[in-house]
Amino acid sequence: MTATDPRRAVETVWRMESARIVAALARLVRDVGLAEELAQDALVIALEQWPMTGVPDHPGSWLMATAKHRAIDALRRQGRYREKLELLGRATPDADDPDLAAAMDDYVGDDLLRLVFTTCHPVLSTESRVALTLRLLGGLTTEEIARAYLVSESTVGQRITRAKRTLADKRIPIELPPPAEAAQRLASVLEVIYLIFNEGYAATAGDDWMRPALCEEALRLGRILATLAPAEPEVHGLMALMELQASRTAARTAPDGTPILLQDQDRRRWDRLLIRRGLAALARAEGAYGPYVLQASIAACHARAARVEDTDWRRIAALYEVLTHVSPSPVVDLNRAVAVGHAHGPARGLEIVESLNLPGYALLPAVRGDLLAKLGRAAEARREFERAAAMTQNARERALFEARAAALR
Amino acid sequence: MRYLILLKATRPAGPPPPDLMEAIMALGGEATASGALLDTAGLAPSAAGARVNVYGGKLSVTDGPFAEAKETISYALYEVRSKDEAVEWASRFMSLHRDLWEGWQGESEVLKVMGSEDFAGPA
Repeated sequence: MTATDPRRAVETVWRMESARIVAALARLVRDVGLAEELAQDALVIALEQWPMTGVPDHPGSWLMATAKHRAIDALRRQGRYREKLELLGRATPDADDPDLAAAMDDYVGDDLLRLVFTTCHPVLSTESRVALTLRLLGGLTTEEIARAYLVSESTVGQRITRAKRTLADKRIPIELPPPAEAAQRLASVLEVIYLIFNEGYAATAGDDWMRPALCEEALRLGRILATLAPAEPEVHGLMALMELQASRTAARTAPDGTPILLQDQDRRRWDRLLIRRGLAALARAEGAYGPYVLQASIAACHARAARVEDTDWRRIAALYEVLTHVSPSPVVDLNRAVAVGHAHGPARGLEIVESLNLPGYALLPAVRGDLLAKLGRAAEARREFERAAAMTQNARERALFEARAAALR
Repeated sequence: MRYLILLKATRPAGPPPPDLMEAIMALGGEATASGALLDTAGLAPSAAGARVNVYGGKLSVTDGPFAEAKETISYALYEVRSKDEAVEWASRFMSLHRDLWEGWQGESEVLKVMGSEDFAGPA
């Protein structure tokens, strides 16, 4: 048997603990960038010491304690140490005071929540929010983020640097949002997590290796958030939506990478554990009707159908109807048209499609073509699939539309 | 990626120390809050279970207890980013047993659950 390799041990524990360490430090030094630097210092110290001293018994606590000492040194240099201790309710300043560490640990959950609200602050661009969240909450390296988004490392580095500078320049406090802003700020956090998930799930860019990692990262962030903010139905709604979508991962592509549509998937390959978790998360959001809860409810209808013909399309159509009011968008309308086509006949679905304006969106002619084909209007259907094939940027999608068009000759 | 961790040990006489149970609950809470722990439960003594075998073309059922020196005490299912992370979680639970139950001995098997990454073509 091999002994633990100290370098690997440092990297592993760092990945597992860095978010909590950065979060605890950020509360103390009130600066996300400085907090990350100090936490990195602790990592460097561990990389120097562990190969000589061996891996400590409690490596996570070791890193936290070392980082805390760096923070105390930094605060002392800034002359803010005394002020901080008073804030923590301590009378006598003592750098080695174990109670100070305890005081930090007590707030760890809230610290993480504060940090995620900060990295997802609406003052930052969407790209910056995503990059900073993956870096500070996910513990991903700049290189990993760059690989996932198919951009250069320097681009990701700039996004992160700019984000930290914006937070500092605009004096964004690292705190939970005030009640008046809570809903909007939570929506921003959920949006960032779902964007990360979708980047992995929809595979618009990035190499194959990083895509599942992004989905798992989003699931992990969502699970953390669900523990930190258990009273928020939309958090559970997002969690349910992601778990239910992720449950289909193994079934949604053929071995050669061709996408397999929901209706053609081998449902025995769906991940039962994720379905169970998704349905449980949805049950926790019961009675709420936010956009994520509604989308998760729709995904749950599919998850509950053991065979495609068991799908409760009437319920799905009704849920989309509600969703068009809660979160109106032409894409939601298009999905509603599909559901209505299944539930109430293709003619009814086509009526909705004809009312939509989605320029350049290949799925619009594709859905129209599908409904026309079901109505027996083959020549019109074929033209729609040909239009869809000409519009899409995605080669696999184009092949799918061309095949549908060819089958209608 | 997912890992199944099976904790195996001899069942010592007497119940586990309350401090250990408390620490296990706290660490389990932490593992859940960090998004890593998907599922876990303790397992009853094998006297409550059975084995279903196929040997020499014959199916047979044997009631517990099984004759092994060690029993499987609990299982835990993790979703983590590397084997090292799974090993680290297992180590934390084992450390608790070492620190809070004198004389306790056992092992954790860290087993990878097959996932999409195991079916991918050569990188």
